[in-house]
Amino acid sequence: MENEIIIDIRDLHRNFKVGSEIVHALNGVSFSIREGEFVSIMGTSGSGKSTLLNILGCLDTPSSGDYILSGTSINSLNKNQLSTLRNRKIGFVFQNYNLLARTTALDNVQLPLMYNSTVSAKERKERAIAALEAVKLSDRMDHMPNQLSGGQQQRVAIARALVNDPVIILADEATGNLDTRTSYEIMTLFQELHSKGKTIAFVTHEPDIATFTTRTIKLRDGQIVLDENIEQQSAAIALSEYEKNMKHTDL
Amino acid sequence: MDVINLTKISLTALARNKGRSFLTMLGIIIGIASVILMVSLGKSSTDGVKSELSSMGSNMIMIMPTRSMRGGVDMGSGQSLTKHDLQSLKKNTKYVEYISPSVSTAAQLVFGSNNHSGSLQGVSADYLDIRKYTLKSGIMFTDEHTKTNAKVCVIGQTVVDKLFTNGEDPIGQTIRCGRVPMKVIGILASKGQNGMGQDQDDIVLAPYTTIMTRFSGNKSRNNFQMIFASATSEEESEMAATEITYILRSNHNIKLNADGEYDDDFEIRTQEELLSAMSNVMKMLTILLTSIAAISLIVGGIGIMNIMYVTVTERTKEIGLRMAIGAKRRDVMLQFLSESIILSLLGGIIGIIIGTILSVVITTVLNWSLVISQGAIGISFLVCVATGVFFGWYPARKAANMDPITALRYE
Repeated sequence: MENEIIIDIRDLHRNFKVGSEIVHALNGVSFSIREGEFVSIMGTSGSGKSTLLNILGCLDTPSSGDYILSGTSINSLNKNQLSTLRNRKIGFVFQNYNLLARTTALDNVQLPLMYNSTVSAKERKERAIAALEAVKLSDRMDHMPNQLSGGQQQRVAIARALVNDPVIILADEATGNLDTRTSYEIMTLFQELHSKGKTIAFVTHEPDIATFTTRTIKLRDGQIVLDENIEQQSAAIALSEYEKNMKHTDL
Repeated sequence: MDVINLTKISLTALARNKGRSFLTMLGIIIGIASVILMVSLGKSSTDGVKSELSSMGSNMIMIMPTRSMRGGVDMGSGQSLTKHDLQSLKKNTKYVEYISPSVSTAAQLVFGSNNHSGSLQGVSADYLDIRKYTLKSGIMFTDEHTKTNAKVCVIGQTVVDKLFTNGEDPIGQTIRCGRVPMKVIGILASKGQNGMGQDQDDIVLAPYTTIMTRFSGNKSRNNFQMIFASATSEEESEMAATEITYILRSNHNIKLNADGEYDDDFEIRTQEELLSAMSNVMKMLTILLTSIAAISLIVGGIGIMNIMYVTVTERTKEIGLRMAIGAKRRDVMLQFLSESIILSLLGGIIGIIIGTILSVVITTVLNWSLVISQGAIGISFLVCVATGVFFGWYPARKAANMDPITALRYE
């Protein structure tokens, strides 16, 4: 039995007007993502992957085509409804973490729930603590971002993406600012979340990062050139091998 | 997002920039503090002058001679009030209760080895009642003393302190006023300074006849420098003034001139007029100072707007993030609006406190009675909220109109 379809995209177009010219950033993209998938979206810059991610994240709307996010067609929604949809169904992880400065990890993680009036202050705190525990940062809850390493900051950001229990986590070059070792750590964390049933879409341009996912979608010039399930590599093993090698070269 | 969450978000955002938040508030703090200070100082001084004037006798009437013309000849000033006027005023008025002429002369006061330069007031016995003086000891001179040009006097506390330094009882002692020996028969109870800072206890009262006949320094032997009167009541002081005007005009034979006006050679001032003139001046002063303070409040508001603009630009990424994780345009707008309202309101509250403290300190130092205007505090409060909304509106709208995609990419 196959899992429920969370994202369903049909013949998506997105055009931008640059001066007098019309640029087709997305030119007829169709695919769907089922619950529990770990998809990497790859492509060089200008391939349209950022545009696709903005639309997937309900930050932007397509020029034409359908986008159905867990049963809701977003084409008919206004800005406020899109905001609510983002708040309830999507978790963002950015390349540069985007944590609020001089704000504790706990408060940073609580932020999405501040915009959800159905969640009480008590529940908000409990869920934030649980999310921080899930990314193994429960001992850093009262730390400010500048007291945390890059990897720890990204883990706070992941906890923030988890706190509203989204149907999908969208990661935009989430390992782009991290060194290899920390990248592997973060990918290990993502794989753990995936194994617990989370659906993740991971935008990256690094092929070795993509090998840790279960499916790759490759974009070029606004069109899908490759969409295949791949054999998932273990980030934990990659990490331990990397450490072994580093030790070796150190000697 | 509910109000509690909103306030919490704004407060934490402001707390993240404590130094800047305080500096931004400083404009509002100074503005509000000076408004409160100016209004309460204005009110305190007005009240002080008012109570001062009524302590002088709220039904007091002053009649002063002015420049007089007789048959086209300028007679100079200060010649118009005579003993004849005094007698007819005494006889013919209905609303005048007390009346006393006043002549004064400066004299060196000497007792033993002490001396004091003072002024002698020649008055009648009614003077005490008109000016609300009371005797501490001894007696006031009587009509009998006046008739006989008696060399007696009643002195104020300052004069007592200056001349009787060895603790002698002044009553019965003879002091020399210039070359005239005068017997002290009474001491006035202390009244302190008046509203204009004059010492009301530095005074020697003597029968006006004595001053007019025995002191060569006095210009005229027939004319008074002033006549003091008091109306039967405060309400009747206008009636009394009218009555006095009629009598003096008929005495001085003043008729309507070609312009249909009277060329009065005297001037009548009731305490009421003085009071309203005084409080008008004070009101003007208060308005002036308050408007200066209001300008500083506007400057403070512009300071808030300026900082809010900077803040919005600086926090573009934060705005983008908030929008990405579900903040609606309205949420962002309200967040920045409430930040500016909190800034100005907090500034206002601090300003009110500082203004009140300063008012207390200054009125205590100046020995004025303290009046804190609740109206000013209430208006300041409203002005603060209005300032916050007005000057926070555009920056907040700028923030709310951001596109989350561009804002997130902003470096």
